[in-house]
Amino acid sequence: SCCVGDSTTLHSADIISTVEFNHSGELLATGDKGGRVVIFQQELESKNQPQCRGEYNVYSTFQSHEPEFDYLKSLEIEEKINKIRWLPQKNAAQFLLSTNDKTIKLWKISERDKRPEGYNLKEEDGRYRDPTTVTTLRVPVFQPMDLMVEASPRRVFANAHTYHINSISVNSDCETYLSADDLRINLWNLEITDRSFNIVDIKPVNMEELTEVITAAEFHPNQCNTFVYSSSKGTIRLCDMRASALCDQHSKLFEEPEDPSNRSFFSEIISSISDVKFSHSGRYMMTRDYLSVKIWDLNMESRPVETYQVHEYLRSKLCSLYENDCIFDKFECCWNGNDSVVMTGSYNNFFRMFDRGYRQDVTLEASRESSKPRSVLKPRKVCTGGKRKKDEISVDSLDFNKKILHTAWHPQDNIIAVATTNNLYIFQDKL
Amino acid sequence: MANMYSKGTKRKFFDSVDAAMDNKAVLYSRQRQSLLDMSLIKLQLCHMLVEPNMCRSVLIANTVRHIQEEMTHDGSWQLVTEAFGGSGPSDHLVATEVLCRSSALEQQGGGPKLYSVMGYDGCREEEVVTDEALCSVTFSDGAPALLGTIDHCWDRAELRMVAVEDRVIKDSGSEVESGEGAKTVMGQVFGTFEIKNGAPGSDPALEELFSAVDASYYDLDTMLTSIQSTPKMGPYNLLDSMASSHGPTSNSSCRTDLSELDHIMEIIVGS
Repeated sequence: SCCVGDSTTLHSADIISTVEFNHSGELLATGDKGGRVVIFQQELESKNQPQCRGEYNVYSTFQSHEPEFDYLKSLEIEEKINKIRWLPQKNAAQFLLSTNDKTIKLWKISERDKRPEGYNLKEEDGRYRDPTTVTTLRVPVFQPMDLMVEASPRRVFANAHTYHINSISVNSDCETYLSADDLRINLWNLEITDRSFNIVDIKPVNMEELTEVITAAEFHPNQCNTFVYSSSKGTIRLCDMRASALCDQHSKLFEEPEDPSNRSFFSEIISSISDVKFSHSGRYMMTRDYLSVKIWDLNMESRPVETYQVHEYLRSKLCSLYENDCIFDKFECCWNGNDSVVMTGSYNNFFRMFDRGYRQDVTLEASRESSKPRSVLKPRKVCTGGKRKKDEISVDSLDFNKKILHTAWHPQDNIIAVATTNNLYIFQDKL
Repeated sequence: MANMYSKGTKRKFFDSVDAAMDNKAVLYSRQRQSLLDMSLIKLQLCHMLVEPNMCRSVLIANTVRHIQEEMTHDGSWQLVTEAFGGSGPSDHLVATEVLCRSSALEQQGGGPKLYSVMGYDGCREEEVVTDEALCSVTFSDGAPALLGTIDHCWDRAELRMVAVEDRVIKDSGSEVESGEGAKTVMGQVFGTFEIKNGAPGSDPALEELFSAVDASYYDLDTMLTSIQSTPKMGPYNLLDSMASSHGPTSNSSCRTDLSELDHIMEIIVGS
């Protein structure tokens, strides 16, 4: 079933710009416009309510990026976190990559719940003892202390991007990762910060011939040599790094022919892909353009295997949406753990889920009014014309300032994180 | 000099259209023009401190290009250029021109201006209309506009609309490098920082000072650990007054290029 409900956790923050579960789902990281990262941790299942999974509470907060000023270009570099990606866990510590427009940082998040006590030469508060007062010797021992979560920057990957970074993706080899900006994609080794390899470069010799930019990029979940990148013209290119050092020649080009009956001056803009995500299996990939979500079989380049309309009722409003710039909003999309359901955001704090197997879809709302804790989310409906039924919302009443751009799905369970402008909603399915 | 907004021109256009399709065509034409205007304004909106969103800029620029292509296809572009009496670009799809606003014309006492704005593929310099007098335009006024990105705003009051003659460059001899000046505009619109043209009549002392500098060094794309770059727009645009130190460009052709750039940016700004 694709309906979620039951438990809601609500956290307020600065404008949230990215949301990401770690590989176990125990941790949920958010980045915001102020350059901060807030990590939530799922509480262990309580004995009182075995039916309910634990809630997510704040685990760690740290300032990842600071605003910078490029004196040579007289421009500010925003501290807004564009993307966070977790590394698979190797030891007790957690690692994540966070990036703003120009710089990627590797953060180590570690716990400290013990401290050594019983030094011979130091008091407990750190002051040195007078050596003459020491009459016996003892071995310092570790004593439990209140849990402290520390975040420390381990690597800073800077100065490799002329344009704004829109994506980062960790390779399945866990040694390398890619970072993509508007025109280039670079390959990094997680250990090496002073050099990266350029693997895609679509910058034209003359910038006035520029008509297409890179909008998103991701590594294949299993094949460490394969990655995809999407463009503002609605194409996805799959590249094999074994083919050549510079992957300007794609291995596959995914593009759906344009529907001539829907052609307008806005056709290209709404075909621009805002997000691309591989399925967990690696067999499919999903793309999000302005009005729809498309599922592609990696073996078929000619057209998607599934297309889901997110908010088709906006097609007749494209001119207004162009005027107020909403047409350029970049919505993300995500898969559930077993690739059976996909989710994406919309306006009016609505978000949509599409069940691929049952061919069902639902519209839900993330708002304080409609989601009291422990209440079941009610499906919403947008009235597209004619008589408006009770509980329906007409297209003209939609609030285009309330947009859900970032959503994330727990890797195993039916727990989702939905970010409205300032709030993070976490919904859990009733077991 | 024909005034493109003269009633005679418009009447001629409508007479040739089937009466039944009149309203529809007019409405579509108006909406298309409105979309074109809106798009050009969007390209001008400034984000003073932060670099503009390149994806958005590219998509808007492509939209403008599509509109211009369609207008060229259905002849409405042709009619406009015919009004100027110059050689129409109808057979050069990508030599796109933007009509200046009527209010701007009123300011300057009329005069047709055709400029290549975008889509410089195969753009030929002879389609750019300019005037000898432009060569005397001083660089400093136009510099912020020229070197700014499309999302940078500039003080419109500073831009001077210079009257042009309805004349094609090719008739006046090859004073201008092919495509070079016009191309630079779009390049700068999208944020390259290659200095191609120096300032006309700049301070000889500054010229000497910067003569040894290799301008290609200011190509942002050659720098990973960049320590030098052309400022896109700032209060102290030292490099504005820098003479070009590379390439064999002569001073006069530089000045003409810059004059054309000046006009092009004025048109982009609109009235």
